[in-house]
Amino acid sequence: MRLLLIAALPVVAGCGSVPQATLDPVAWPEDSAAVQVALLNRVSWGANRSSFGEIAALGSARWLDRQLAPAPASLPAEAQAAIDGMTISRRPLSEIAGELERQRRETDRQAYQQELGRLGREAQARTLLRAIYAPNQLQEHMTWFWMNHFNVYQFKGPLRALIGDYEERAIRPHALGRFRDLLDATARHPAMLIYLDNARNSAGRINENYARELMELHTLGVDGGYSQRDVQELARVLTGFGVDPQSASFHFYPRRHDPGTKALLGTTIRNGGAGELDQALDLLARHPATARFICRKLAVFFVADEPPPALVERMTQTFGATDGDIAQVLRTLFVSPEFRASLGAKFKDPMHYTISALRLVLDSRPLPDAQPVIGALARMGQPLFARPTPDGYPLTRTDWASAGQLTARFEIARGIAYRVPDRLWQGSLASLSEPTRQALEQAVSPREWNLLLLSSPEFMQR
Amino acid sequence: MNRRRFLAAWPALYSAQLLSAPAAPGRLLVVFLRGGYDAANVLVPIGSRDYYELRPNIAIGRDAVLAVDSDWGLHPALRGSLYPLYVKGEAAFVPFAGTYNLSRSHFETQDSIELGQPAGVRTYASGFMNRLAAELGAQRAVSFTNQVPVAFRGEASVTNVSLNAAGRAALDARQSALIAGMYRDTPLAETVKDGFASRESVMRELGEEMAAASRNAVNARGFVEQAPRMARLMRADYRLGFVDVGGWDTHVGEGGADGYLAQRLAELGRGLAAFAAAMEGAWRDTVVVVVSEFGRTFRENGNRGTDHGHGTVYWVLGGSVRGARVAGEQVRVARATLFEDRDYPALNDYRAVLGGLFGRLYGLGAPALAKVFPAAAPRDFALL
Repeated sequence: MRLLLIAALPVVAGCGSVPQATLDPVAWPEDSAAVQVALLNRVSWGANRSSFGEIAALGSARWLDRQLAPAPASLPAEAQAAIDGMTISRRPLSEIAGELERQRRETDRQAYQQELGRLGREAQARTLLRAIYAPNQLQEHMTWFWMNHFNVYQFKGPLRALIGDYEERAIRPHALGRFRDLLDATARHPAMLIYLDNARNSAGRINENYARELMELHTLGVDGGYSQRDVQELARVLTGFGVDPQSASFHFYPRRHDPGTKALLGTTIRNGGAGELDQALDLLARHPATARFICRKLAVFFVADEPPPALVERMTQTFGATDGDIAQVLRTLFVSPEFRASLGAKFKDPMHYTISALRLVLDSRPLPDAQPVIGALARMGQPLFARPTPDGYPLTRTDWASAGQLTARFEIARGIAYRVPDRLWQGSLASLSEPTRQALEQAVSPREWNLLLLSSPEFMQR
Repeated sequence: MNRRRFLAAWPALYSAQLLSAPAAPGRLLVVFLRGGYDAANVLVPIGSRDYYELRPNIAIGRDAVLAVDSDWGLHPALRGSLYPLYVKGEAAFVPFAGTYNLSRSHFETQDSIELGQPAGVRTYASGFMNRLAAELGAQRAVSFTNQVPVAFRGEASVTNVSLNAAGRAALDARQSALIAGMYRDTPLAETVKDGFASRESVMRELGEEMAAASRNAVNARGFVEQAPRMARLMRADYRLGFVDVGGWDTHVGEGGADGYLAQRLAELGRGLAAFAAAMEGAWRDTVVVVVSEFGRTFRENGNRGTDHGHGTVYWVLGGSVRGARVAGEQVRVARATLFEDRDYPALNDYRAVLGGLFGRLYGLGAPALAKVFPAAAPRDFALL
């Protein structure tokens, strides 16, 4: 029975509980090849020949519809086999955690640390493989967005063992689902409870850390109208919500919970035990400040560093009208003229840069080794799952376009470009400027031509 | 002092100042401790009974601290590093320092400090270090970080180099020129050129060390190893520098005289001492300011840690710093004087403190300082 389940897992991994398509078809007026490439570069992790073939066959509107309501899909055989072979794919977290906990207590610290490291690297590799190869590109893209929004730091405590599960069960299934479900899944995941110290928050021994970041970073935003008092009250609500160390699973400890009445954002929360978490998350997920904060952040990610306020307003309305249906909010964004006008103008962060280069270079050919990719991301200042602070990586150009980072990018471009003996597909860029053409003409080899293409100003944008 | 030695020393000092005045008015390194370090366990208020009462598990005992004065003592982890500088008179502390910002948010308060704007103003056009670079004219500025920090954003050209893992350059001069050419009509043209230039500078100053290191790569473990590299680059090429040191957000198990915070402090102290030593003669013209976004709660929390607070302690180090003292406005440390009954108050506005310091360091007058810190009132605590 377990074997059967295991075999079935990777196939459904792509869809989770994403609501089935009840969306109107996306209206998409123009559909030239250049626009399709630009659309791929913005909505997916980057255009390559195979994804272009797909969008050219479907048309942009249907392609977007499919991306918004993804059907189960597997990766190319080698990549899928690599994922299926991972411990984090084959064994449930409770089992992995139980074994690790035994190792830790039997004071085999070295084996414990090694295993943590191995599990963390598996999770990193799985994320990279999916970003590079998954047909459901938007879902992978949004999974990264939410992993960053609900950031946890893999090097805190045992988190390297949990981070794969956090992505797989808390984030990915809800990446295009309802914000309330997503928030709930993060609030009940041991990775978050450990990372922001709520596992230690108990009556009389208050720890404000999660309460503050839950409002400031996950829901309302720093200008969302809460006070220091609200932070303290929410911290009291959150007392007792912790982690059972044996199974590494969410556990409510009633005796650690503060039973007193709390006043949160003008609402009274009376002693409701485990139910208080639902009340608080309802309040936060449905607060108007949350809709605005989340929609603006999505628009920064998908449109511009300073997104047009009118677009954010329309998205906020959709968020309110659909009870935070993320796919519907994105649909409002994708059909907007502001979105279409912005294509090609967003600066890539290191993750976008690296994955888009690899998608172009590899297409459906296998990635020999994920480790150099992990190293390259770290060198450019965006190591995967390793942002120590809960704010996640910034999404705007100023944070990634510094002199030092660009120099590092060019050197990383060389490492990628020189692996390919033939010229890369130039069609991955909608257009090239005159200075870029001139430089490309001076390349002395296809490898150098590839270096220049991947170093060009055009390739830095999406 | 021996009169002869005094006379012999005087002209040398005078001429050095004369020579350096126009071109080299001083070097500044800002060290930002990200995460809000627990200032009350670093400059320890040993004269406060409440400190010991409210921190039953993490307070540092009166007999464990390094002697400062009857009110304050220094964390013992700084014994062999920062404390000797302090005793020599090359380090001072400014307690009750901080911002008007009461969000107690790391990110909001860090941005506040780096932008350096008056309360109620928030534009991201420029940070105070960039405006300082602009006031100083053609002074070269560098950030030893992966990203250019908010403090350095703005009009003046600022480069960044990460000294964590700088290997030998992978591109030759021709390829670099071809790449720079592609950017000539873009807003990134200068940035790309600066990047290649600072790459060259790193190779020139640290090339030998890199060649000696395995696989031509420097593998710095933390601040201790980076700091002397920073000093060599600043000595050679840069007047303004910035670096981040993280890991100060001690909500859980921060420890006291030993433990987590003690280890972080020991590393920081060793790095700063190594920086001072590696600056060699230039240390005399150099000032290092150590800041953090806020202090932490005066009471320990339920997890033998501390939560986000308000006022903090800034450190000012340098060869010409008038140190061995605790400077600025002060108040008796007690429960009754806490801000909102939980934190140190911020009596020394960071813009006033830094403004006053920059005034001394660079001879900047009120109009110039007003550009660096608009609508601030610089306070001169005669730190130089």
